[in-house]
Amino acid sequence: MTFDTVNLIPVLPEILILILASAVLLVDLYVKEAEKGTLHTLALIGVALALAATLLVGGGERQVVLEGHYVRDALSDALKAMILIVGLLVFVYSRDYLRDRGLATGEYYALALFALLGMMVMVSANSFLAIYLGLELLALCLYALVAFDRDSQRGAEAAMKYFVLGALGSGMLLYGISMIYGATGSLALDEVAAVVAEQGLENLVLVFGLAFLVVGIGFKFGAVPFHMWVPDIYEGAPTPVVLLLGSAPKIAALALAVRLLIDGLGGLQSDWQGMLVILSVLSMGLGNLLAIAQTNIKRMLAYSTISHVGFIFLGLLAGTADGFAAAMFYAIVYAMMAAGAFGILLILSRRGFDAEHLDDLKGLNDRDTWYAAVMALMMFSMAGVPPFVGFMAKLFVLKAVVDIGMTWLAIVAVFFSIIGAFYYLRIVWLIYFDKPTTDAPLTDSGGVRVAMSLNGLAVLGLGLFPATLLAICQAAFL
Amino acid sequence: MENLYLTIVLAPLVGSIVAGFFGARIGRAGAHWVCILGVGLSAALSLSVVAGFLWGDLEPFNEAVYTWAVSDGVRFEIGFLVDRLTASMMAVVTFVSLMVHIYTIGYMADDDHNWPHESLAGRHSYQRFFSYISLFTFSMLMLVMSNNFLQLFFGWEAVGLVSYLLIGFWSTRESAIFANMKAFIVNRVGDFGFILGIAAIAAYFGSLDYAEVFAAAPGLADVEVALFGGVSLLTLIGVLLFIGAMGKSAQMPLHVWLPDSMEGPTPISALIHAATMVTAGIFMVARMSPLYELSETALSFILIVGATTAFLMGLIGLVQNDIKRVVAYSTLSQLGYMVAALGASAYAAGIFHLMTHAFFKALLFLAAGSVIIALHHNQDIRTMGGIRRYMPITWLTALIGSLALIGFPGFSGFFSKDAIIEAVGASHVFGATYAWVLLTVGVFVTALYSFRMYFLVFHGQPRMDEHARAHLHESPWVVTVPLILLAIPSIFIGWYAVEPMLFGDWLAGAIHVAHEHDTLAHMAEHYHGQWAFILHGMTMPPFFLAMGGLAVAAWVYWWLQRRNPDIDAELQRRAGPLAAILENKYGFDDFNQRVFAGGSRGIGQVLWQTGDRRLIDDGLVNGSARTVGQLAARVRHIQTGFLYHYAIAMIVGLIVLLTVFVTL
Repeated sequence: MTFDTVNLIPVLPEILILILASAVLLVDLYVKEAEKGTLHTLALIGVALALAATLLVGGGERQVVLEGHYVRDALSDALKAMILIVGLLVFVYSRDYLRDRGLATGEYYALALFALLGMMVMVSANSFLAIYLGLELLALCLYALVAFDRDSQRGAEAAMKYFVLGALGSGMLLYGISMIYGATGSLALDEVAAVVAEQGLENLVLVFGLAFLVVGIGFKFGAVPFHMWVPDIYEGAPTPVVLLLGSAPKIAALALAVRLLIDGLGGLQSDWQGMLVILSVLSMGLGNLLAIAQTNIKRMLAYSTISHVGFIFLGLLAGTADGFAAAMFYAIVYAMMAAGAFGILLILSRRGFDAEHLDDLKGLNDRDTWYAAVMALMMFSMAGVPPFVGFMAKLFVLKAVVDIGMTWLAIVAVFFSIIGAFYYLRIVWLIYFDKPTTDAPLTDSGGVRVAMSLNGLAVLGLGLFPATLLAICQAAFL
Repeated sequence: MENLYLTIVLAPLVGSIVAGFFGARIGRAGAHWVCILGVGLSAALSLSVVAGFLWGDLEPFNEAVYTWAVSDGVRFEIGFLVDRLTASMMAVVTFVSLMVHIYTIGYMADDDHNWPHESLAGRHSYQRFFSYISLFTFSMLMLVMSNNFLQLFFGWEAVGLVSYLLIGFWSTRESAIFANMKAFIVNRVGDFGFILGIAAIAAYFGSLDYAEVFAAAPGLADVEVALFGGVSLLTLIGVLLFIGAMGKSAQMPLHVWLPDSMEGPTPISALIHAATMVTAGIFMVARMSPLYELSETALSFILIVGATTAFLMGLIGLVQNDIKRVVAYSTLSQLGYMVAALGASAYAAGIFHLMTHAFFKALLFLAAGSVIIALHHNQDIRTMGGIRRYMPITWLTALIGSLALIGFPGFSGFFSKDAIIEAVGASHVFGATYAWVLLTVGVFVTALYSFRMYFLVFHGQPRMDEHARAHLHESPWVVTVPLILLAIPSIFIGWYAVEPMLFGDWLAGAIHVAHEHDTLAHMAEHYHGQWAFILHGMTMPPFFLAMGGLAVAAWVYWWLQRRNPDIDAELQRRAGPLAAILENKYGFDDFNQRVFAGGSRGIGQVLWQTGDRRLIDDGLVNGSARTVGQLAARVRHIQTGFLYHYAIAMIVGLIVLLTVFVTL
């Protein structure tokens, strides 16, 4: 046995987050109740440092470290940076809400940071083991966060459902991994890929395992019919947790899909393509259809998520480099739009009141013109109205699908997104053409207004100038 | 040279933008100064271009300055073609525009009174007016200086837009809104033909550049289009383009908008609806002479339309009582003369008359406007009379304008109108004799209505009320100076321009006339200087007819009216049905209003009710929305909230994936 010098430089961002999470746990023991704000500052500084580290160690050749379990490449750089940026937004938007309800404890920050760590591990995983590790780290933190408001019955119920279904999903993923391990004799993605390329579709065990993996991926994304948890959890969990759970993990889930399906089982593309087509069409259809019937805006956004997942799958199933880039673009953009939309809900909430219903958005324009504009912008973007970035995202995935000759699928997608436009535009209508039901002040201390403005301008700016982000996405799949 | 031409075009645009967007900040004086400076610069440079062609060694310029797009080999460009024809137009447009700009200072000084109190549209209306007329100047220059059909169309539509904005300038008046809508819609009909013509050119020539199209035209002279059982391509293009000209230059039956356009302020009636925009059609046909020369059918069509308009519209002028409408019908009639000249291939005569007419008609309008200001916006000539004594400058200039209009020997209108009638007489295309008769008799009509108005307004006993008469006085210098400056060319421009324009080589190269159509060359053989031209003209029927008209007008409206102030109304009563026909303007308005306006509204109503509301709104839009809503209401029940249902759904999903993909 020889000991190589372990190169830990590429893992620096993860190490920083780990140290930070541990530090938060320790500091929490020593600060008084009144000074919990320190934790917020600490978390922000730490995440910003990790972001800097990501950009610092990023770029250049693909690096495989930690005995082949861990990879740092263009994909992981970009996705990690985006996860951390969204993480920053999450912390900024959530602060007031948590403080007002006495939830701004060390546990919240520690769990959220460990969740970020889990996502980063998923993004950089290069073996089934690492993937599963990251996945579970993320999932366990989220289970706890959903039940974080201990006095809330809805929260407890949602956490229970999430935990049981999550266990089922993880179990299936694990089962699939074990079957593929059985067929290929390896856990490392490159070796699996080599064997798959050799055996291909003839090995039924591989296809069997693949189906289980797709179920696992579908569960993480919340694709129909593995979506059942999404609306209930979105509705039941505290809004800051939904903000965390509904934004960045989509980016991580994309990494999961890319690592498993493309890096690992790229040889089985013809099979997983078909599976994703089914999930995609179902997700777009059911998601958009059911979102219309919702009066609870968190539930509505849950179904909206499901429909967007269908669009992300469009890019993945295209199976081309452009398609993957489009899916990645879409996932990043979606995380930004979701962060903005939930952020507005947090601003509308105050002590003893959670903004949850469509009616709560009525007349937002009369209460705050700028936030109303940002929310309208988010909704237009989600609906896919040019020139906002949501339109570009949809355009790229549709183009990828059309390029491989599946025009019918693009038509289906456009059809469902027309249906979807209804409920997004209804929100715009409520904001601008209805009278407010309350004149309570909005809660937006600190940098919330700045962060929300940047968030909104990014959605507009990236829509006008999508080339840079698209180039980054394309570079990840060269 | 490019920069010079760009300056000429853009200076008015800059004025317009500054006055339009910053009018509130720079105030009234700022707005009129910036616009007058812009147009003045452009006028000075345009005159220098004319001088360059006249005495210098300026060569025609034909270049693109900007390429917008190239699609399938067709270039879409902004470019200038400046030859002597263009230079004449530029000078006329910018000079008249400058005069009108100055005049407007006086005319619009009290514009606040024309708006309801506290009207939002009335705020800064003065600046807006200046912005519009400068914008018009820019658009008109773009039109005449274009070297391709695309830019021609741009200018064509832009002047139409400004005309629309200015006719409806007093937007709180019902009649103004009706008039500008009417002008816009009638012009749409013409423009439809125009753009079809341009499309035909693009389709068959593969180019929108004048020079390229003209060069290729003779090669396509025999091409037939399978339309109405085969029609010559060039006839089709010629007629379609001319339909556009009929809209813009108000030829029958698309003339109906021009009299109504008098709802606009008088300065723009002078500038747009007399001197320049309405002559765009004349200019366009002259510019397209290489195409028209290849189609005798199109020429014949033009000739007949022009002559008919000239005669019938002049007759209506006899029964009008609104001072501006008399001048408006006179404009229609004179446009008919110009168009008839084009039909007789005497393009140069048409352009010549365009030029002289621009001066004397703008003069007449501005003089009418001067009277209107003095009478506090009373326009009814029955309540005028005797104004000569109170407004000597207006009176004298109006007299000059009227003499020029009827073609009194020596005045500018004499040369151009005589040339047109002679050219039509010498023409051999189908309908030339018919046209000649109408145009010749038209001279009598012209003299009659012109001097009917002149005598009713300026002579006889004052018929306005005491209050108005007490306040009668000459207009301020900003009004009278433009009148004087316009009166000068109204007298002299014919004398100086007749030789180079009609018989010299001023327009050679810009206008192409086939040898067998060349009526002017025929006249040139007998041309021996201006004096001889005048003497010859005085032996011809048009002269006698003009003098006859003048004499009749003087007898009735000067001599007889002294004894019987109601002579005009009495005459009209006696004329009975004939006067009624003229009063109804041959029923064009009623017909359009009932058949076209009513018909399209009826069709629109049907389409709206059944097509849009029932089929699209209720059926497609609301129907599908309802279906989706019901579907969603039903499907949402699959989300039961029970954990085991959720788990089952996942398992079923897995089983489906397995069965579909593993067993296949």
